[in-house]
Amino acid sequence: MKLQVRNLEKCFTDKGTYVNVLADINLDVYDGEFVSVIGPSGCGKTTLLNCISGLEEPDSGLINIEGEESQSRLGRVGYMPQKDLLFPWRTVLENALLGMEIRGHSRIESRKRAGELMERFGLDGFEYKTPSVLSGGMRQRVAFMRTLMTDQELIVLDEPFGALDAFTRHQMQEWLVDIWSSMGKTIILITHDVDEALLLSDRVIVLTARPASVKLVVNVGLPRPRRYRMVTDTAFIALKEQLIRALWSDEV
Amino acid sequence: MKPEAGFGVASRDIGRLVLYLIPPGIITSVFVIWELSVSLFDVPVWLLPAPSDILVEGKENYSLLWHHTLVTLKEVVFGFLVALGVGLVLAFCMVFSRAFERAVYPFIVASQTIPIIAIAPLLLIWVGYGITPKIIVVALISFFPIVVNTMDGFKAVDSDAMNMMRTFGASRWQIFPKLQLPNSLPYLFTGMKIAIVVSVIGAVIGEWVGASEGLGYLMTRSIPQFQTDRVFAAMFILSFLGIILFMLVIALRRVIVPWYQSEEYKS
Ligand SMILES: Nc1ncnc2c1ncn2[C@@H]1O[C@H](COP(=O)(O)OP(=O)(O)OP(=O)(O)O)[C@@H](O)[C@H]1O
Ligand SMILES: [Mg+2]
Repeated sequence: MKLQVRNLEKCFTDKGTYVNVLADINLDVYDGEFVSVIGPSGCGKTTLLNCISGLEEPDSGLINIEGEESQSRLGRVGYMPQKDLLFPWRTVLENALLGMEIRGHSRIESRKRAGELMERFGLDGFEYKTPSVLSGGMRQRVAFMRTLMTDQELIVLDEPFGALDAFTRHQMQEWLVDIWSSMGKTIILITHDVDEALLLSDRVIVLTARPASVKLVVNVGLPRPRRYRMVTDTAFIALKEQLIRALWSDEV
Repeated sequence: MKPEAGFGVASRDIGRLVLYLIPPGIITSVFVIWELSVSLFDVPVWLLPAPSDILVEGKENYSLLWHHTLVTLKEVVFGFLVALGVGLVLAFCMVFSRAFERAVYPFIVASQTIPIIAIAPLLLIWVGYGITPKIIVVALISFFPIVVNTMDGFKAVDSDAMNMMRTFGASRWQIFPKLQLPNSLPYLFTGMKIAIVVSVIGAVIGEWVGASEGLGYLMTRSIPQFQTDRVFAAMFILSFLGIILFMLVIALRRVIVPWYQSEEYKS
């Protein structure tokens, strides 16, 4: 078991008003699993990730990583933000190495591994360029590399493809699954996009509107490798219907 | 090739040329009007010298002016470097200790409200007559824009970038050199651009209250003797000095903060 979340609650008080964001979230994520979380806009998805990664402290509840309840989770969970956050004063390669540098990986070793991975990330030839010359998809891949190359095994992704055009997004989705299956990471992905959730994950978790709790967990039994054209398969459509019904059931 | 494309490029080049020609054009026309008015109304040299008189003065007393220019330049450069050092250390300490910031910031602001003209003579009493009091005056007025801007730069870090560093497990001592410091460099250079120009004023004020060398001293000595052309020559040299130093700071920024250029023109 990679991650265990039990009875997680979180509220914010903002200028006197009290906002209950997470109400009793329970979640299990297994080693090497790819889990997606979808939910209505503003329901608390980012807050959930912030709690898991240690950026925020929950008000109550347990978060166990690899079976141990750890007080300081900062540094144990890789975080892939929506913005690529590349530093303009670093070259592409130096940006990709940032995470490893901070975590004290050997310099020579990291450079060697990064050099090998550049081609798989579609970045060879750009190692010594500044990030400003990269396209949106390439910038995103550098950001992935920065997070995925560290020793952090659990990675949380907050709508990483939201800013990309549809074509680049599909490319990046396939590419992410490739990387994930070869690197042995455990991934929690937040998304708005039902197709994306079904194409990428082993399980999809649907959250309710705020205050968020788990409404539905769907096991995606579709065979891998999955390709984009599978969105028209009957099995896919059945799952999609299930998810959409759960997402929109509050609506009349 | 479409004919209008060629025309577009040509007209853009002409537009840029015009932009480059604006400053020298305006300066030249001011001088021409000045020269003509002085000769037309027969203004005496001790009242208002014509640009040609100032040029002649500059040529005849070249070595005298050069000597005093070097003295003032030395005060400006040393004072500015002291301000840079002190400013960076203060900003660094303030960003690392909230208590230090609260204790020191009021004094930093207060130091700018005290008229420098009042402090400069006191410095003569305290540290003597040489180059030291001038360096102190220069440093005193030019450290302020450096501290304030650098502080802002340290603090103006994108909160998402900060969070990303924290999720890597970064300590304060890693976040500072890898994120806050490089992030603050464009701000530091904005502070330096202001500081280098006020440094020139500081040096002249320092010399004004008591000196035996420097362009400020030369001006105070020349006024009672009605050597107005020499005063003007000194003023032109000072402006020129300020512009050159300002451009040097910008050139340095291009070398040290090359990414700033590309960020600047993106939006
Ligand atoms: N630091 C905070 N202080 C006060 N309120 C907050 C804070 N952070 C989040 N909130 C509130 O909590 C709610 C959930 O925010 P969150 O960003 O987690 O939602 P989300 O599901 O990620 O939304 P989106 O789909 O737009 O990304 C929002 O109503 C937001 O206003
Ligand atoms: Mg969000």
